Order: sequence, then structure tokens, then C-alpha cells
Amino acid sequence: MSVLVDQQTRVVVQGITGSQGALHTRACREYGTRIVAGVTPGKGGEDFEGIPVFDLMSEAVAQTGADTSLIFVPPPFAADAIMEAADAGIDLIVCITEGIPVLDMVRAGRYVRAHGRRLIGPNCPGIITPGACKIGIMPGYIHKPGDIGVVSRSGTLTYEAVWQLTELGLGQSTCIGIGGDPVNGTSFIDCLRLFQDDPATRAIAMIGEIGGTAEEDAASYAKAHVTKPIVGFIAGQTAPPGRRMGHAGAIISGGRGTAAEKMDALREAGIHVVATPDRIGKAMAEVLQPG
Amino acid sequence: MKIHEYQAKEILSRYDVPVPKGQVASTVEEAVAAANAVGGEIWVVKAQIHAGGRGKGGGVKVSKGMAALRDNARNILGMQLVTHQTGPDGQKVNRVLIEEGMDIRRELYLSMLVDRDRQCVVVLASTEGGMEIEEVAANTPEKILRESVDPAVGLLPFQAMRLAKGLAVGEFDPKLVRPTAGMIAKVYNAFIGEDCALLEINPLALTGDGRVLALDAKVNFDDSALFRHKDSLSLRDPDEEEPSEIEASEADLSYIKLHGTIGCMVNGAGLAMGTMDIIKAVGGEPANFLDVGGGVDQQRVETAFRIITKDPNVRCILINIFGGIVRCDIVAEGVVAAFKSLGLKIPVVVRLEGTNAEQARDIINQSGMGALLQMAEGLDDAAAKSVAAASA
Repeated sequence: MSVLVDQQTRVVVQGITGSQGALHTRACREYGTRIVAGVTPGKGGEDFEGIPVFDLMSEAVAQTGADTSLIFVPPPFAADAIMEAADAGIDLIVCITEGIPVLDMVRAGRYVRAHGRRLIGPNCPGIITPGACKIGIMPGYIHKPGDIGVVSRSGTLTYEAVWQLTELGLGQSTCIGIGGDPVNGTSFIDCLRLFQDDPATRAIAMIGEIGGTAEEDAASYAKAHVTKPIVGFIAGQTAPPGRRMGHAGAIISGGRGTAAEKMDALREAGIHVVATPDRIGKAMAEVLQPG
Repeated sequence: MKIHEYQAKEILSRYDVPVPKGQVASTVEEAVAAANAVGGEIWVVKAQIHAGGRGKGGGVKVSKGMAALRDNARNILGMQLVTHQTGPDGQKVNRVLIEEGMDIRRELYLSMLVDRDRQCVVVLASTEGGMEIEEVAANTPEKILRESVDPAVGLLPFQAMRLAKGLAVGEFDPKLVRPTAGMIAKVYNAFIGEDCALLEINPLALTGDGRVLALDAKVNFDDSALFRHKDSLSLRDPDEEEPSEIEASEADLSYIKLHGTIGCMVNGAGLAMGTMDIIKAVGGEPANFLDVGGGVDQQRVETAFRIITKDPNVRCILINIFGGIVRCDIVAEGVVAAFKSLGLKIPVVVRLEGTNAEQARDIINQSGMGALLQMAEGLDDAAAKSVAAASA
């Protein structure tokens, strides 16, 4: 069991013929993901290593029954790709692209919501249900099927956490990277709700970072609605105010969005907060230890 | 990306937002010429640095008559202006803006930014102009008006009117209500048209001669949108940025200089922040944030080493790479080659996890660099070894 994606998921890759699109399409397919179509405007009618390529998302969906899209389109065109996927009836849109203008994402986000679709990202590693389906750029081998749900704003820090879990024998139900941009699709709250409702998820690892108030909002939600244990970490305790720490969304502005505030909010909600990232796996093992 | 007040006002003028008459100058003679061009007998000399709080720091002076203007321009140009945003060393003033002196009767506040929670542009306004908005938000939050903008339709005229009414402009001069609403709409056009991350007018002034105008202006661009505003790139002021940060951004590395002794080189922004956190937790201080990105090869490692070691405070470097797509043995070879080719003299602690980590360990341990280049087992060990090496 898992959330959002499994063996049945039918994926179309937008930007399949670009270098990143090609590289990760191969890796996802090797992992077992069903990649049924690709879209690159102007390359319709060609194929990518046996996968049919279309000019338009509407054609790809009509001819292959794709229900999920994976986007590698460059930043200037990525918001359009997201909205095209929403228009074509794609239920789950996973956008890897980093560096999309924030006002483009404001428009695309509204469009996606108005169409009743779900967007993961942008600027994220994607989503994986270990052993079943990988839709993104994360290394598949570090994961192990199991019952821990993982949600994170980061890429490699998520790999770090997943690797620690796997090394301790704690497999994952589904891992979701929600992305490091200030305006994104799926939130921490959305993921907490999905994991809480998923009978195959026993506990949750939540990895946040400085900037915004998504972690605080998630903490209030968790306190009221989540009964499963949560281990939390917030990156950026040493970040100076007013500086973007790599991710467009990782910035302390006007004194708000600090790691200390977020850690307090998480603790107050009964979440097991670890102070350093090397402790995520061990803390989860301790939380799940009977007695 | 941040720009200066005079540049922000030039942009606002292009969108028909009223601003005071003014001209920028970088010498006293230019300041005199600017004052003559602006006209009148009272001018304001304003230091042009990115940091806020210039007035309190002595960087803004009203000048009555040309002699006073000369004195003020001479004093401000070249000064190290210290404000609450510059840090103790201050920022050198290379330019001043000479503006017409005005009869200011009301100081209001207006800003626009993207609201992350509501995922839309939000317009903030307050009658408490001239103060830090954070202070107003903390002490008198009821004095902050906000209008959320639906991206599908933009800021609507009634919303601009509602803000103008809320600012009590009519109580000062009923004739200024509509011009104020019109100005708010134009500022919104500038915000959208230039892909701003923040546009702040503080204060927005009402004058005795019946004008409404942007007395000060702060514009930050969305870095991700600069590809469609190539002209904005020329507004960048390298004197306002850390030289090593400029060099890093040209090499496509994300680097931020800090004040500690342990240089960091990490792949991924979140892991980089996490690495800094653990350094601090075991008693060290990170010297920088540095995300080397995905393709970690010898050349990128060399560039990163060069940038990190420009900081004389760095006494040790911690490399933390989670090799997912990149193979650890290839990263290790790149690290050893870069270390040797630069002839580094400071200790480097390497932590590599992921594909081929075993081979990577052998490559580092057999590099012949002895204690200068050592491998760590796990994140906690890497942090502890770095702190020990930095304090040795």
C-alpha cells in the first residue's frame, strides 16, 4: 500500500527528449515505473526508446491513457507545461524543474486547483513508492518497501533521511518531495492527511526548512488530526536572516520563518523533533520501539 | 536581486507612478549639477545603498541652499554608512540621490509581495508610513490593510479604492483619494511587469501642494524571472555583493559567506543547511553555505575549493556528498585531484554516502595526503572531525 502512486500509475514525461528528461525516464523505467508516453512539442510521431512521443498532452492522454505526468521542461516553459497537463486531465502532476518564476507559479497553481488536479513541486525530487513506482530523480536503490511515510521540502536531505531509515531496516510506504520553492502544489498538510489515511503507513518523517510558515501550519494540523507518530527535522538553524539558502523558498524574512520557531511549533504539536539530520533514522527507530 | 532607490524610482516612473524630481550623483560636483537640474532651493541628499535604515544612520540629509547641499554631499559620499541592516562594518556610499525638497504632510506605507500561504500577490498598506512594517505588524497589526489579488484578474480598481479609503487619504484631502487609488494600480502594474519579489513604497507621501508620490522605493526582483528581464541585470551593483558570492554565482554554485571557521561543500540546499546545523551542534561554526549541485566533478570541486579558501577564516573544509545519481568513487577522484592541483594546505574532511562509497573510501585513504585529507564515517563523525581539525 502507498499513497498517490503505485504499479498501476501510467506516466507521461513532459520534456522527455531533453538531457534530464531522457536520463531520468530511463532510470524510472528501470525501476519499474510504467512510462507510457512522452511529450516534446515538435517531436510528435517520434519515439524515445520505444516510448511514443507526442506534440501535445491532450494527444498523449487520449492515445495512452496516461494519468500522471513528470515534468522536466525548462523554467521559461514549465508553468505552461503544468497547466497543459491540468487541462489534459492529468490527476497528478509532478514538476521537477527548478527556477520557475514565482508569478508563473502563482498563475499555474490557481489553474491546477481550478481544474481539481494535484501538483507536486516544483523544484522537487518527485515521489516514490519503493518497489512499485518511482516518478522523479531520486536514486531508487536507497529506498526499501515498508511503512514509513516521508515528506520533505528538500532533495538530497531526503535521500539522507531515507538512507538512514533503510539502513535501520525501516522501509518506506511513499516518499514525497514537495519542493523548495515559495509557491508549490502539494503541502505538508496534504501529505500528512494522505499518510494518516493510508492504512499501510505506520509513522511519518517530516523534513522542513527555514522560510514561510508551512511547517507551523502542518504542526497545528498534526496536533488536531494525525494520530500516527511523526519525527521532524528543520534544516537551517544556522542560516542568517534575509539570505536565500539555495532554495528560492528558504529565506528568513522580516524575522519570520526561523528554524527555532518551526521546531517549537512541531514540538508543541507532539512531534519528535531531532536537532541534527543524522538523528532522523535513529529517532524513528526509537519512536517505533515497543515500550 | 536588489537594486538602489534611484533605480527603483526610474522603473516606477516608466509605469507612470509619481516620484519626486531627482537625479543621481557620484561626486560633489555632480551633486551640485543635479541640484541645479532639479531646481528649487531645498534638496534632500540620500545615500544610495541597498540596506534600509539610512536616515537613522545619517545617510539622508535635508539641505537648504547650495552650500549645505555641497557639505552634505561631501560628507555622505564615501562614508561607511552603518544601519541596522548593514552589519557593524557598514556599506560604503558611492552615489547619492539629489531630490527636490517637499512639504510632506502624511507618510503612508504601501508594499506588494507574493503571499506564500495564500499563493497570490498581496498588497499591504498602512497609515503608519515611515516606520518598519515589521514593527507595525508586531505592535498594531490592526493598522495593516491587505488585499489579496486573484491572479486570473489582477488587482481590481475597487480593491485599489478600498486601500485608498482605508489609508484615510480623504480625511487629509478628498481630491487625493482617486489619484492614490490610481497610483496603487500603477505600482501593481510595475510589480507584475518587472517580476518583482518585493516592491515597497515607504513612505508614500501626501504633500501640501496636493500631490501623492513615492518618496522612497525598494524593489527586489525575482531571480528566477531575470531571464525575461535582461535589461534588469545591468542594474546589479557589484559593490553591494560579496565578491566571492559573485564568482560563485557565475560558476553556477550557490554560495553564501558566513563568519565561522569550517568551510562547507555539500550537494543540495537542504543537506547543506543540515550539515551547517550539525557543525554548530558539535561546537563548530560554519564559514559558509555552499551547494555544489548535481554534477560533482573535479572542475566544480576545484572551483568550490577556490571560493571557500578565499575566506581567510576557513581552517578546515567539510565535504558532504550524498551520491545518488553521482557515483561516490567519481566524486572522490575529483576531490583528490582538485586537492592536489590546488596544493591545499588546510585539512579536508570528506563524507561520501551512496553508490560505490567503499571504493570512494579507498581512494581518499590512499591519496597520500595523510591527515590533510581524511574520510569520515557518517554525518556526526564528519562534523566532529571537522571541528577537531579546525581547532587544532
